[in-house]
Amino acid sequence: MKRKPVFSTVYLIVGVILMYLPIVIVMIYSFNESKISSVWDGLSLKWYRELFRDRVFGDALVNSLVLGGLSSLAAAVIGTLGAIGTARSSFRGKGVMAYIATLPMLTPEIILGMIFLTFFSLLGLPFGMTTLVLSHTAFCIPYVFMQVRARLSGMDPSYEEAARDLGAGRIRSFFDITLPLILPGIVSGMLLSFAMSMDDVIISVFVTGVSVNTLPVVIYTQLKTGVTPKVNALCTLMFLATLIIVLLSAFLGRIGNSKKKSD
Amino acid sequence: MKNKMNRLKRREHGANAVLLSPMYLFTIVFLIGPFVYMIVLSFLTRAETWGVVNEFTFRNYLKILEPTYLNTFWESIKLALLVTALVILIGYPFGYYMAKLSPKNRGVMLMLVTIPFWTSSLMRLYGWIIIFRANGLLDKLLMGIKLTGEPLKLLYTYPAVVVGMVYGLLPFMILSVYSSVEKMDWTLVEAARDLGAGPVKAFFTVTLKCTMPGLMTGVILTFVPSMALFFIADILGGNKIPLIGNVIQDQLMKVHDWPFAAALSVILMLMTTLMIFLYRKVTGSSDTEGII
Repeated sequence: MKRKPVFSTVYLIVGVILMYLPIVIVMIYSFNESKISSVWDGLSLKWYRELFRDRVFGDALVNSLVLGGLSSLAAAVIGTLGAIGTARSSFRGKGVMAYIATLPMLTPEIILGMIFLTFFSLLGLPFGMTTLVLSHTAFCIPYVFMQVRARLSGMDPSYEEAARDLGAGRIRSFFDITLPLILPGIVSGMLLSFAMSMDDVIISVFVTGVSVNTLPVVIYTQLKTGVTPKVNALCTLMFLATLIIVLLSAFLGRIGNSKKKSD
Repeated sequence: MKNKMNRLKRREHGANAVLLSPMYLFTIVFLIGPFVYMIVLSFLTRAETWGVVNEFTFRNYLKILEPTYLNTFWESIKLALLVTALVILIGYPFGYYMAKLSPKNRGVMLMLVTIPFWTSSLMRLYGWIIIFRANGLLDKLLMGIKLTGEPLKLLYTYPAVVVGMVYGLLPFMILSVYSSVEKMDWTLVEAARDLGAGPVKAFFTVTLKCTMPGLMTGVILTFVPSMALFFIADILGGNKIPLIGNVIQDQLMKVHDWPFAAALSVILMLMTTLMIFLYRKVTGSSDTEGII
């Protein structure tokens, strides 16, 4: 009765190949000896060596890592506390606030960039790392908030009640019971935030200062003005880093799931 | 006793307020504040040289009605519609077939789709530049198999922008459709088939209806960004295709007409809100949770 789904299999395979095509091409050309991407001059690690010598990329990488780290950390703290508070309290306007908190996800990025640019200059904040961290934190909070909230809604409140009944204080029961249970949500929200922050071009272009450049901003400028294979090498390394993060988070997710099952 | 309960309750409230305050404070200062300022700014007057004068005016909104800008809006909407239609056509079957795989293969596919989604969007754009560039990979391939005599030079053209946008936004559709097909109750389809509906009819009357929330989520996640993804139009279109996003960026960074950029953003925001409102009407969901 059941037909072998030939068409759907072919469709999926072709789809995946096309999805990876541009990525693989960039990676292949990172090993190209020639400076021009339409000419293949043989294998070489030249561009990787030049990349590591390049101060502009090095500085931008450090900036991006600091920015991603700080804003995902801030988003993790603010978003987690917010999700717990929202789950526990019941008052009017709670839904509205939850909606507003997730607004950055539903707003075109260019509008976020524009409102941060104009608002920060109204406040007279100097453009640079401070404005970058503030704006990135703002768009990262929803990711942590949603992840932790999903985790909390699947959590049995009797665990914490039991801990409280047995005499644990509010803080102790939080650290012993609630936090371990929602930790996978916090971690995956943070990873998502970090990836979003590391990849953001649009908002960063608006709020970055003259002195501070992030990696995506540098790449964006190069793609517009003229690009060297150093960017290929950089993109390849970034792709490998992403791969590790995705695999790691999938692994963490599996641990979280198997824990849930064994409970 | 009652007194103690009340006190406990009040303490509980206090604790919740402490938990909520960082998010509310941050949201009010760094989100609501900027949004309100955007609206205020859109009614202010541009200063002669640089900056803003606190003088109320409707001029920024009237300026949008000029043919150039109306045309930009129209072009952006047309492009967004085209991109969304293509993303549905390609992404829906993909998400659907994916959800019908065996659980093990499903996991693998999910991973395969997520990885490009997490990969730097600039890297993926760069790949397309190499492919589309004059005498690049695509031209060489097409000339190699004698499909075309001379290079197509697709880079910096409309089709290149469309491909770049469809490619970039496709994962959103695939993942949204996938999650709603995966949750679907297949006994409904079986019932329709038992009652005499053909596979096509069963699909349109049952499957499509059941997966509508996922499809609509995908539509929003595609349509909204595709009106404003200025960097794709910039890099693959060579600044030749003016979208609202590009105009807003130019007004902010080059022309320095912030009130006008604010007015454009307000209109874009209204259009986005309208889309989300329609989404909720169609899916009957009252929460944004369905969006991600």
